[in-house]
Amino acid sequence: MAMSHTQHISQQFDKELEDLRAHVLAMGGLVEEQLSKVLEAITHPNLELAEQVVEADAVVNALEVKIDAECTSILMRRQPAAGDLRLVLAISKVITDLERIGDETKKVARVIINMINTGSPRSYYLGVLSLGHHVKRSLRAALDAFARMNSRAALAASREDPEVDRETEAVMRQLITYMMEDPRAIRGVLDAVVAVRAFERIGDHAANICEKAIYLVEGKDVRHVALDQIAQELNLGSAEEA
Amino acid sequence: MRQSSERPAAVPTSPRPAVGAGTSGRDEAKSILGALAPAVTLPTPECLGIEHLSLFYGDKQALFDVSLSIPEKQVTAFIGPSGCGKSTLLRCCNRLNELIHGVRTEGQVKLRGADIYARGTDISNLRRRVGMVFQKPNPFPKSIYENVAYGLRIQGIKNRRLIDRAVEEALRRAALWDEVRDRLHDNALGLSGGQQQRLVIARAIAIEPEVLLLDEPASALDPISTLKIEELIYQLKASYTIVIVTHNMQQAARISDHTAFMFMGSLVEFGLTKDIFTAPKTRQTEDYITGRYG
Repeated sequence: MAMSHTQHISQQFDKELEDLRAHVLAMGGLVEEQLSKVLEAITHPNLELAEQVVEADAVVNALEVKIDAECTSILMRRQPAAGDLRLVLAISKVITDLERIGDETKKVARVIINMINTGSPRSYYLGVLSLGHHVKRSLRAALDAFARMNSRAALAASREDPEVDRETEAVMRQLITYMMEDPRAIRGVLDAVVAVRAFERIGDHAANICEKAIYLVEGKDVRHVALDQIAQELNLGSAEEA
Repeated sequence: MRQSSERPAAVPTSPRPAVGAGTSGRDEAKSILGALAPAVTLPTPECLGIEHLSLFYGDKQALFDVSLSIPEKQVTAFIGPSGCGKSTLLRCCNRLNELIHGVRTEGQVKLRGADIYARGTDISNLRRRVGMVFQKPNPFPKSIYENVAYGLRIQGIKNRRLIDRAVEEALRRAALWDEVRDRLHDNALGLSGGQQQRLVIARAIAIEPEVLLLDEPASALDPISTLKIEELIYQLKASYTIVIVTHNMQQAARISDHTAFMFMGSLVEFGLTKDIFTAPKTRQTEDYITGRYG
Protein backbone atom coordinates (compact mmCIF):
# COMPACT_ATOMS: atom_id res chain seq x y z
CA MET A 1 0.00 0.00 0.00
CA ALA A 2 1.21 3.42 -0.91
CA MET A 3 1.47 5.53 2.22
CA SER A 4 4.08 8.14 1.54
CA HIS A 5 6.44 9.43 4.13
CA THR A 6 8.55 11.57 1.85
CA GLN A 7 8.15 15.29 2.12
CA HIS A 8 5.67 17.48 0.33
CA ILE A 9 6.87 20.18 -2.02
CA SER A 10 5.18 22.48 0.45
CA GLN A 11 7.09 22.19 3.72
CA GLN A 12 4.40 24.21 5.43
CA PHE A 13 1.90 21.47 4.53
CA ASP A 14 4.29 18.88 5.99
CA LYS A 15 4.38 20.86 9.18
CA GLU A 16 0.59 21.19 9.34
CA LEU A 17 0.12 17.44 8.93
CA GLU A 18 2.89 16.69 11.40
CA ASP A 19 1.32 19.02 13.98
CA LEU A 20 -2.07 17.42 13.42
CA ARG A 21 -0.61 13.96 14.01
CA ALA A 22 1.29 15.12 17.08
CA HIS A 23 -1.83 16.73 18.53
CA VAL A 24 -4.01 13.67 18.07
CA LEU A 25 -1.33 11.49 19.66
CA ALA A 26 -1.13 13.92 22.58
CA MET A 27 -4.92 13.75 22.93
CA GLY A 28 -4.73 9.95 22.87
CA GLY A 29 -2.02 10.09 25.53
CA LEU A 30 -4.12 12.32 27.75
CA VAL A 31 -7.17 10.07 27.41
CA GLU A 32 -5.06 7.03 28.30
CA GLU A 33 -3.71 8.89 31.31
CA GLN A 34 -7.25 9.74 32.42
CA LEU A 35 -8.20 6.08 32.19
CA SER A 36 -5.11 5.04 34.19
CA LYS A 37 -5.94 7.56 36.89
CA VAL A 38 -9.50 6.32 37.17
CA LEU A 39 -8.27 2.74 37.54
CA GLU A 40 -5.79 3.89 40.16
CA ALA A 41 -8.60 5.69 41.98
CA ILE A 42 -10.53 2.40 42.12
CA THR A 43 -7.54 0.34 43.24
CA HIS A 44 -6.63 2.74 46.03
CA PRO A 45 -9.81 4.73 46.62
CA ASN A 46 -8.70 8.31 46.10
CA LEU A 47 -11.22 11.12 46.01
CA GLU A 48 -8.76 13.76 44.87
CA LEU A 49 -7.53 11.68 41.93
CA ALA A 50 -11.10 10.97 40.80
CA GLU A 51 -11.90 14.67 40.99
CA GLN A 52 -8.82 15.49 38.92
CA VAL A 53 -10.11 13.16 36.22
CA VAL A 54 -13.48 14.91 36.17
CA GLU A 55 -11.80 18.30 35.85
CA ALA A 56 -9.30 17.27 33.18
CA ASP A 57 -12.08 16.12 30.86
CA ALA A 58 -12.47 19.76 29.84
CA VAL A 59 -8.95 19.61 28.39
CA VAL A 60 -9.87 16.54 26.35
CA ASN A 61 -12.92 18.41 25.03
CA ALA A 62 -10.86 21.48 24.17
CA LEU A 63 -8.34 19.34 22.28
CA GLU A 64 -11.14 17.83 20.23
CA VAL A 65 -12.35 21.29 19.23
CA LYS A 66 -8.83 22.48 18.40
CA ILE A 67 -7.88 19.42 16.35
CA ASP A 68 -11.20 19.59 14.53
CA ALA A 69 -10.42 23.19 13.57
CA GLU A 70 -7.00 22.08 12.29
CA CYS A 71 -8.64 19.39 10.14
CA THR A 72 -11.07 21.96 8.72
CA SER A 73 -8.22 24.32 7.96
CA ILE A 74 -6.21 21.67 6.11
CA LEU A 75 -9.24 20.58 4.09
CA MET A 76 -9.95 24.20 3.19
CA ARG A 77 -6.40 25.28 2.37
CA ARG A 78 -4.78 22.15 0.99
CA GLN A 79 -7.53 20.02 -0.52
CA PRO A 80 -5.54 16.94 0.47
CA ALA A 81 -5.67 13.78 -1.61
CA ALA A 82 -4.98 10.08 -1.14
CA GLY A 83 -3.03 9.27 2.07
CA ASP A 84 -3.14 12.88 3.25
CA LEU A 85 -6.92 12.99 2.80
CA ARG A 86 -7.34 9.70 4.63
CA LEU A 87 -5.13 10.96 7.47
CA VAL A 88 -7.25 14.08 7.97
CA LEU A 89 -10.54 12.17 7.71
CA ALA A 90 -9.35 9.41 10.05
CA ILE A 91 -8.10 11.90 12.62
CA SER A 92 -11.32 13.90 12.51
CA LYS A 93 -13.18 10.71 13.45
CA VAL A 94 -10.64 9.37 15.92
CA ILE A 95 -10.89 12.55 17.99
CA THR A 96 -14.65 12.00 18.30
CA ASP A 97 -13.95 8.54 19.69
CA LEU A 98 -11.29 9.94 22.01
CA GLU A 99 -13.63 12.65 23.28
CA ARG A 100 -16.29 10.06 24.02
CA ILE A 101 -13.75 7.84 25.79
CA GLY A 102 -13.01 10.93 27.86
CA ASP A 103 -16.72 11.28 28.69
CA GLU A 104 -17.01 7.63 29.70
CA THR A 105 -13.91 7.93 31.86
CA LYS A 106 -15.40 10.96 33.57
CA LYS A 107 -18.56 8.95 34.17
CA VAL A 108 -16.50 6.26 35.93
CA ALA A 109 -14.68 8.92 37.95
CA ARG A 110 -18.05 10.24 39.18
CA VAL A 111 -19.05 6.69 40.14
CA ILE A 112 -15.83 6.37 42.16
CA ILE A 113 -16.47 9.69 43.88
CA ASN A 114 -19.92 8.39 44.78
CA MET A 115 -18.49 5.08 45.94
CA ILE A 116 -16.06 6.83 48.27
CA ASN A 117 -18.63 9.32 49.57
CA THR A 118 -21.31 6.69 50.25
CA GLY A 119 -18.87 4.10 51.50
CA SER A 120 -20.03 1.35 49.09
CA PRO A 121 -17.94 -1.78 49.48
CA ARG A 122 -15.01 -1.86 47.08
CA SER A 123 -15.64 -5.58 46.56
CA TYR A 124 -18.33 -4.64 44.02
CA TYR A 125 -15.55 -3.18 41.89
CA LEU A 126 -13.13 -6.10 41.61
CA GLY A 127 -14.61 -7.37 38.35
CA VAL A 128 -15.01 -3.77 37.16
CA LEU A 129 -11.34 -3.11 37.80
CA SER A 130 -10.21 -6.14 35.86
CA LEU A 131 -12.48 -5.13 32.96
CA GLY A 132 -11.05 -1.60 33.13
CA HIS A 133 -7.50 -2.87 32.83
CA HIS A 134 -8.50 -5.05 29.90
CA VAL A 135 -10.05 -2.04 28.15
CA LYS A 136 -7.01 0.08 28.90
CA ARG A 137 -4.77 -2.46 27.19
CA SER A 138 -6.96 -2.56 24.11
CA LEU A 139 -7.09 1.25 23.94
CA ARG A 140 -3.30 1.37 24.19
CA ALA A 141 -2.96 -1.22 21.41
CA ALA A 142 -5.42 0.70 19.22
CA LEU A 143 -3.66 4.05 19.68
CA ASP A 144 -0.31 2.42 19.15
CA ALA A 145 -1.46 0.85 15.86
CA PHE A 146 -2.86 4.21 14.76
CA ALA A 147 0.33 6.07 15.66
CA ARG A 148 2.54 3.56 13.86
CA MET A 149 0.09 3.34 10.94
CA ASN A 150 0.17 -0.43 11.23
CA SER A 151 -2.98 -2.06 9.87
CA ARG A 152 -1.92 -5.54 10.99
CA ALA A 153 -1.53 -4.36 14.56
CA ALA A 154 -4.86 -2.52 14.31
CA LEU A 155 -6.61 -5.70 13.21
CA ALA A 156 -4.98 -7.62 16.08
CA ALA A 157 -6.07 -4.94 18.54
CA SER A 158 -9.64 -4.93 17.28
CA ARG A 159 -9.85 -8.66 18.04
CA GLU A 160 -9.87 -7.63 21.72
CA ASP A 161 -13.33 -6.08 21.48
CA PRO A 162 -15.29 -9.36 21.49
CA GLU A 163 -13.16 -10.41 24.48
CA VAL A 164 -14.08 -7.20 26.29
CA ASP A 165 -17.76 -7.84 25.53
CA ARG A 166 -17.51 -11.35 26.96
CA GLU A 167 -15.81 -10.09 30.09
CA THR A 168 -18.50 -7.40 30.42
CA GLU A 169 -21.19 -10.05 30.41
CA ALA A 170 -19.37 -12.05 33.09
CA VAL A 171 -18.96 -9.00 35.36
CA MET A 172 -22.61 -8.09 34.87
CA ARG A 173 -23.69 -11.59 35.89
CA GLN A 174 -21.58 -11.24 39.00
CA LEU A 175 -23.12 -7.87 39.87
CA ILE A 176 -26.64 -9.20 39.32
CA THR A 177 -25.83 -12.00 41.76
CA TYR A 178 -24.87 -9.40 44.38
CA MET A 179 -28.18 -7.65 43.90
CA MET A 180 -30.21 -10.85 44.12
CA GLU A 181 -28.42 -11.95 47.25
CA ASP A 182 -28.96 -8.69 49.09
CA PRO A 183 -31.45 -6.06 47.89
CA ARG A 184 -29.76 -3.49 50.15
CA ALA A 185 -26.75 -3.72 47.83
CA ILE A 186 -28.78 -2.58 44.80
CA ARG A 187 -27.99 1.14 45.08
CA GLY A 188 -24.23 0.58 45.35
CA VAL A 189 -24.12 -2.15 42.70
CA LEU A 190 -26.08 -0.04 40.21
CA ASP A 191 -23.20 2.46 40.34
CA ALA A 192 -20.80 -0.37 39.50
CA VAL A 193 -23.08 -1.30 36.59
CA VAL A 194 -22.68 2.23 35.23
CA ALA A 195 -18.89 1.80 35.39
CA VAL A 196 -19.11 -1.57 33.59
CA ARG A 197 -21.16 -0.06 30.79
CA ALA A 198 -18.73 2.85 30.50
CA PHE A 199 -15.74 0.51 30.14
CA GLU A 200 -17.60 -1.55 27.58
CA ARG A 201 -18.23 1.60 25.54
CA ILE A 202 -14.56 2.56 25.79
CA GLY A 203 -13.75 -0.86 24.32
CA ASP A 204 -16.12 -0.11 21.41
CA HIS A 205 -14.44 3.25 20.79
CA ALA A 206 -11.02 1.57 20.84
CA ALA A 207 -12.29 -0.81 18.16
CA ASN A 208 -13.47 2.20 16.12
CA ILE A 209 -9.97 3.65 16.33
CA CYS A 210 -8.61 0.36 14.98
CA GLU A 211 -11.02 0.62 12.04
CA LYS A 212 -9.78 4.15 11.33
CA ALA A 213 -6.17 2.95 11.43
CA ILE A 214 -7.01 0.27 8.86
CA TYR A 215 -8.80 2.85 6.70
CA LEU A 216 -5.83 5.19 6.99
CA VAL A 217 -3.30 2.59 5.90
CA GLU A 218 -5.28 0.44 3.49
CA GLY A 219 -7.85 2.88 2.11
CA LYS A 220 -10.65 0.43 2.87
CA ASP A 221 -13.69 1.18 5.01
CA VAL A 222 -13.98 -1.86 7.29
CA ARG A 223 -16.85 -0.73 9.49
CA HIS A 224 -19.46 -3.43 9.99
CA VAL A 225 -17.24 -6.05 8.36
CA ALA A 226 -16.35 -9.28 10.19
CA LEU A 227 -12.75 -9.40 11.44
CA ASP A 228 -11.88 -12.59 9.57
CA GLN A 229 -13.25 -11.11 6.38
CA ILE A 230 -11.11 -7.99 6.86
CA ALA A 231 -8.03 -10.17 7.41
CA GLN A 232 -8.79 -12.12 4.26
CA GLU A 233 -9.65 -9.16 2.03
CA LEU A 234 -6.68 -7.09 3.06
CA ASN A 235 -4.39 -10.09 3.15
CA LEU A 236 -3.30 -9.14 6.66
CA GLY A 237 -2.80 -12.74 7.71
CA SER A 238 -2.98 -13.88 11.29
CA ALA A 239 -3.12 -11.35 14.07
CA GLU A 240 -0.10 -12.83 15.84
CA GLU A 241 2.30 -11.52 13.19
CA ALA A 242 1.63 -7.97 14.31
CA MET B 1 -25.64 26.63 -18.33
CA ARG B 2 -27.38 28.19 -15.39
CA GLN B 3 -26.43 31.68 -14.51
CA SER B 4 -24.75 31.83 -11.16
CA SER B 5 -27.64 33.84 -9.72
CA GLU B 6 -29.99 30.97 -10.50
CA ARG B 7 -27.92 28.39 -8.72
CA PRO B 8 -29.71 26.67 -5.88
CA ALA B 9 -28.76 27.81 -2.42
CA ALA B 10 -26.12 25.66 -0.77
CA VAL B 11 -28.53 24.75 1.99
CA PRO B 12 -31.60 22.87 0.78
CA THR B 13 -34.66 24.86 1.70
CA SER B 14 -37.28 22.25 0.96
CA PRO B 15 -39.22 21.42 4.09
CA ARG B 16 -38.67 18.04 5.66
CA PRO B 17 -41.61 15.84 4.64
CA ALA B 18 -44.02 15.05 7.43
CA VAL B 19 -43.87 11.57 8.88
CA GLY B 20 -46.25 9.29 7.05
CA ALA B 21 -46.44 11.63 4.06
CA GLY B 22 -45.90 9.19 1.22
CA THR B 23 -42.49 7.60 1.70
CA SER B 24 -41.30 6.14 4.96
CA GLY B 25 -37.89 6.92 6.46
CA ARG B 26 -36.78 3.46 5.48
CA ASP B 27 -37.79 4.00 1.86
CA GLU B 28 -36.01 7.31 1.80
CA ALA B 29 -32.87 5.75 3.28
CA LYS B 30 -32.99 3.03 0.65
CA SER B 31 -33.26 5.58 -2.13
CA ILE B 32 -30.25 7.48 -0.76
CA LEU B 33 -28.23 4.27 -0.58
CA GLY B 34 -29.31 3.45 -4.13
CA ALA B 35 -28.21 6.89 -5.32
CA LEU B 36 -24.83 6.46 -3.65
CA ALA B 37 -24.18 3.13 -5.33
CA PRO B 38 -21.13 3.49 -7.56
CA ALA B 39 -22.79 3.78 -10.95
CA VAL B 40 -19.49 4.17 -12.78
CA THR B 41 -18.25 0.75 -11.73
CA LEU B 42 -20.87 -0.86 -13.94
CA PRO B 43 -19.20 -2.15 -17.07
CA THR B 44 -19.52 0.56 -19.71
CA PRO B 45 -18.78 -0.02 -23.35
CA GLU B 46 -15.38 1.06 -24.57
CA CYS B 47 -15.27 4.10 -26.82
CA LEU B 48 -11.55 4.45 -27.39
CA GLY B 49 -9.21 1.53 -26.91
CA ILE B 50 -5.52 2.40 -26.75
CA GLU B 51 -3.42 -0.72 -27.15
CA HIS B 52 0.35 -0.98 -26.72
CA LEU B 53 0.82 2.51 -28.05
CA SER B 54 4.37 3.83 -28.37
CA LEU B 55 5.31 7.10 -30.00
CA PHE B 56 8.63 8.48 -31.17
CA TYR B 57 9.59 12.04 -32.02
CA GLY B 58 12.47 11.10 -34.31
CA ASP B 59 14.81 9.07 -32.09
CA LYS B 60 13.25 10.22 -28.88
CA GLN B 61 10.56 7.95 -27.49
CA ALA B 62 7.71 9.91 -25.89
CA LEU B 63 5.17 7.17 -25.14
CA PHE B 64 6.04 3.70 -23.90
CA ASP B 65 3.61 0.86 -24.55
CA VAL B 66 0.51 2.63 -23.25
CA SER B 67 -2.71 0.60 -23.00
CA LEU B 68 -6.00 1.83 -21.62
CA SER B 69 -9.68 1.60 -22.35
CA ILE B 70 -11.64 4.86 -22.39
CA PRO B 71 -15.30 4.27 -21.59
CA GLU B 72 -18.22 5.64 -23.54
CA LYS B 73 -19.96 8.85 -22.40
CA GLN B 74 -17.80 9.39 -19.36
CA VAL B 75 -15.05 11.84 -18.55
CA THR B 76 -11.52 10.45 -18.53
CA ALA B 77 -8.74 12.71 -17.24
CA PHE B 78 -5.05 12.40 -18.05
CA ILE B 79 -2.87 13.84 -15.29
CA GLY B 80 0.87 13.95 -14.76
CA PRO B 81 3.81 16.35 -14.59
CA SER B 82 4.86 18.47 -17.56
CA GLY B 83 6.43 16.42 -20.31
CA CYS B 84 4.94 13.13 -19.12
CA GLY B 85 3.26 12.53 -22.47
CA LYS B 86 -0.36 13.21 -21.56
CA SER B 87 -0.96 15.74 -24.34
CA THR B 88 0.92 13.53 -26.79
CA LEU B 89 -1.34 10.64 -25.81
CA LEU B 90 -4.42 12.84 -26.25
CA ARG B 91 -3.30 13.91 -29.72
CA CYS B 92 -2.87 10.25 -30.69
CA CYS B 93 -6.65 9.89 -30.38
CA ASN B 94 -7.29 11.96 -33.52
CA ARG B 95 -3.91 11.49 -35.21
CA LEU B 96 -2.96 15.10 -34.65
CA ASN B 97 0.65 14.16 -33.90
CA GLU B 98 1.11 13.35 -37.57
CA LEU B 99 1.24 17.06 -38.29
CA ILE B 100 4.58 17.10 -36.47
CA HIS B 101 7.54 16.12 -38.62
CA GLY B 102 9.30 12.86 -37.83
CA VAL B 103 6.62 11.33 -35.61
CA ARG B 104 6.20 7.59 -35.66
CA THR B 105 3.67 5.52 -33.72
CA GLU B 106 3.40 1.84 -32.91
CA GLY B 107 0.40 0.04 -31.50
CA GLN B 108 -3.26 0.75 -32.02
CA VAL B 109 -5.94 3.25 -31.12
CA LYS B 110 -9.38 1.82 -31.71
CA LEU B 111 -12.42 4.03 -32.06
CA ARG B 112 -15.39 1.75 -31.38
CA GLY B 113 -13.29 -1.23 -32.30
CA ALA B 114 -11.75 0.08 -35.55
CA ASP B 115 -8.05 0.99 -35.57
CA ILE B 116 -7.73 4.66 -36.52
CA TYR B 117 -4.15 4.06 -37.62
CA ALA B 118 -5.23 1.43 -40.14
CA ARG B 119 -4.35 2.03 -43.75
CA GLY B 120 -7.09 3.83 -45.63
CA THR B 121 -8.53 5.64 -42.62
CA ASP B 122 -10.26 8.86 -43.68
CA ILE B 123 -8.53 11.38 -41.44
CA SER B 124 -11.02 14.19 -42.06
CA ASN B 125 -13.82 11.89 -41.06
CA LEU B 126 -11.81 10.75 -38.00
CA ARG B 127 -11.35 14.34 -36.86
CA ARG B 128 -15.05 15.00 -37.40
CA ARG B 129 -15.81 12.10 -35.08
CA VAL B 130 -13.10 13.07 -32.59
CA GLY B 131 -13.24 16.82 -31.92
CA MET B 132 -10.60 18.76 -30.08
CA VAL B 133 -10.31 21.90 -27.97
CA PHE B 134 -6.99 23.43 -26.96
CA GLN B 135 -5.65 25.35 -24.00
CA LYS B 136 -5.78 28.72 -25.72
CA PRO B 137 -9.18 29.54 -27.22
CA ASN B 138 -8.72 29.69 -30.98
CA PRO B 139 -11.86 31.07 -32.59
CA PHE B 140 -11.59 32.04 -36.24
CA PRO B 141 -11.51 35.80 -36.86
CA LYS B 142 -15.10 35.64 -38.02
CA SER B 143 -18.50 36.19 -36.47
CA ILE B 144 -19.74 34.07 -33.60
CA TYR B 145 -22.29 32.53 -35.94
CA GLU B 146 -19.77 31.71 -38.67
CA ASN B 147 -17.41 30.10 -36.17
CA VAL B 148 -20.05 27.56 -35.23
CA ALA B 149 -21.41 27.19 -38.76
CA TYR B 150 -17.93 26.60 -40.21
CA GLY B 151 -17.82 22.87 -39.61
CA LEU B 152 -21.25 22.41 -41.14
CA ARG B 153 -20.39 24.46 -44.21
CA ILE B 154 -17.23 22.49 -44.98
CA GLN B 155 -19.36 19.37 -44.79
CA GLY B 156 -21.34 20.86 -47.65
CA ILE B 157 -24.47 21.76 -45.72
CA LYS B 158 -26.05 24.80 -47.38
CA ASN B 159 -29.60 24.85 -46.02
CA ARG B 160 -29.77 28.13 -44.10
CA ARG B 161 -32.52 27.02 -41.73
CA LEU B 162 -30.67 23.80 -40.92
CA ILE B 163 -27.50 25.71 -40.14
CA ASP B 164 -29.40 28.28 -38.02
CA ARG B 165 -30.87 25.50 -35.96
CA ALA B 166 -27.57 23.67 -35.57
CA VAL B 167 -25.77 26.87 -34.54
CA GLU B 168 -28.38 27.62 -31.89
CA GLU B 169 -28.37 24.06 -30.62
CA ALA B 170 -24.56 23.96 -30.38
CA LEU B 171 -24.42 27.32 -28.60
CA ARG B 172 -27.11 26.20 -26.18
CA ARG B 173 -25.25 22.99 -25.41
CA ALA B 174 -22.07 24.96 -24.91
CA ALA B 175 -23.95 27.15 -22.42
CA LEU B 176 -23.22 30.26 -24.44
CA TRP B 177 -26.52 30.93 -26.23
CA ASP B 178 -28.01 33.26 -23.65
CA GLU B 179 -24.87 35.39 -23.64
CA VAL B 180 -24.51 35.78 -27.41
CA ARG B 181 -27.99 35.37 -28.93
CA ASP B 182 -28.27 39.12 -29.55
CA ARG B 183 -24.87 39.51 -31.16
CA LEU B 184 -24.40 36.38 -33.24
CA HIS B 185 -22.86 38.38 -36.05
CA ASP B 186 -20.32 40.22 -33.92
CA ASN B 187 -16.70 39.23 -34.25
CA ALA B 188 -15.89 36.23 -32.05
CA LEU B 189 -12.62 37.81 -30.97
CA GLY B 190 -14.65 40.36 -28.98
CA LEU B 191 -15.77 37.66 -26.55
CA SER B 192 -14.05 37.10 -23.21
CA GLY B 193 -11.56 34.25 -22.88
CA GLY B 194 -14.07 32.00 -21.16
CA GLN B 195 -16.73 32.78 -23.75
CA GLN B 196 -14.27 32.15 -26.57
CA GLN B 197 -13.45 28.77 -25.08
CA ARG B 198 -17.14 27.85 -24.88
CA LEU B 199 -17.53 29.09 -28.47
CA VAL B 200 -14.74 26.78 -29.56
CA ILE B 201 -16.49 23.92 -27.75
CA ALA B 202 -19.74 24.88 -29.55
CA ARG B 203 -17.83 24.80 -32.85
CA ALA B 204 -16.51 21.34 -31.98
CA ILE B 205 -19.90 19.90 -31.03
CA ALA B 206 -21.85 21.52 -33.91
CA ILE B 207 -20.69 18.70 -36.16
CA GLU B 208 -21.86 16.04 -33.67
CA PRO B 209 -18.58 14.32 -32.82
CA GLU B 210 -18.48 11.12 -30.75
CA VAL B 211 -15.46 12.09 -28.70
CA LEU B 212 -14.27 15.45 -27.40
CA LEU B 213 -10.57 15.83 -26.62
CA LEU B 214 -9.87 18.74 -24.29
CA ASP B 215 -6.25 19.80 -23.82
CA GLU B 216 -6.17 21.91 -20.65
CA PRO B 217 -9.34 23.72 -21.70
CA ALA B 218 -9.55 25.89 -18.59
CA SER B 219 -5.94 26.59 -17.69
CA ALA B 220 -5.96 30.03 -19.35
CA LEU B 221 -9.26 31.05 -17.75
CA ASP B 222 -10.29 32.82 -14.56
CA PRO B 223 -11.94 30.76 -11.77
CA ILE B 224 -15.53 31.61 -12.71
CA SER B 225 -15.00 30.81 -16.39
CA THR B 226 -13.24 27.62 -15.28
CA LEU B 227 -16.27 26.56 -13.23
CA LYS B 228 -18.52 27.26 -16.23
CA ILE B 229 -16.36 25.05 -18.43
CA GLU B 230 -16.40 22.33 -15.76
CA GLU B 231 -20.18 22.55 -15.47
CA LEU B 232 -20.36 22.35 -19.26
CA ILE B 233 -18.17 19.24 -19.32
CA TYR B 234 -20.47 17.66 -16.76
CA GLN B 235 -23.47 18.32 -19.01
CA LEU B 236 -21.73 17.30 -22.24
CA LYS B 237 -20.79 13.85 -21.00
CA ALA B 238 -24.40 12.79 -21.40
CA SER B 239 -23.85 13.06 -25.15
CA TYR B 240 -20.12 12.66 -25.74
CA THR B 241 -17.12 10.70 -24.54
CA ILE B 242 -14.77 13.28 -23.06
CA VAL B 243 -11.03 13.00 -22.59
CA ILE B 244 -9.37 15.86 -20.78
CA VAL B 245 -5.75 16.69 -20.10
CA THR B 246 -5.36 18.87 -17.03
CA HIS B 247 -2.61 20.16 -14.80
CA ASN B 248 -5.16 20.94 -12.14
CA MET B 249 -5.58 17.84 -10.02
CA GLN B 250 -8.57 19.19 -8.14
CA GLN B 251 -10.18 19.76 -11.51
CA ALA B 252 -9.56 16.15 -12.50
CA ALA B 253 -11.00 15.08 -9.14
CA ARG B 254 -14.07 17.29 -9.63
CA ILE B 255 -15.06 16.44 -13.16
CA SER B 256 -13.69 13.07 -14.23
CA ASP B 257 -15.04 9.57 -13.76
CA HIS B 258 -11.74 7.90 -14.58
CA THR B 259 -8.20 9.16 -14.17
CA ALA B 260 -4.99 8.07 -15.85
CA PHE B 261 -1.70 9.08 -14.24
CA MET B 262 1.18 9.35 -16.70
CA PHE B 263 4.84 9.64 -15.82
CA MET B 264 7.78 9.88 -18.21
CA GLY B 265 5.80 8.55 -21.15
CA SER B 266 4.32 5.56 -19.35
CA LEU B 267 0.89 4.97 -17.92
CA VAL B 268 1.47 4.46 -14.20
CA GLU B 269 -2.07 3.99 -12.99
CA PHE B 270 -5.56 4.08 -14.48
CA GLY B 271 -8.74 3.70 -12.49
CA LEU B 272 -11.87 5.26 -11.08
CA THR B 273 -11.21 8.84 -10.06
CA LYS B 274 -12.69 8.23 -6.62
CA ASP B 275 -10.17 5.43 -6.06
CA ILE B 276 -7.16 7.25 -7.53
CA PHE B 277 -7.74 10.30 -5.33
CA THR B 278 -8.52 8.46 -2.10
CA ALA B 279 -6.44 5.30 -2.27
CA PRO B 280 -4.09 5.10 -5.26
CA LYS B 281 -2.37 1.77 -5.77
CA THR B 282 1.11 3.00 -6.59
CA ARG B 283 3.56 5.11 -4.67
CA GLN B 284 4.28 7.30 -7.72
CA THR B 285 0.60 8.25 -8.09
CA GLU B 286 0.31 8.92 -4.37
CA ASP B 287 3.37 11.16 -4.41
CA TYR B 288 2.15 13.14 -7.40
CA ILE B 289 -1.43 13.77 -6.29
CA THR B 290 -0.41 14.61 -2.73
CA GLY B 291 2.17 17.12 -3.95
CA ARG B 292 5.28 15.15 -3.11
CA TYR B 293 6.63 15.01 -6.65
CA GLY B 294 9.36 17.47 -7.34
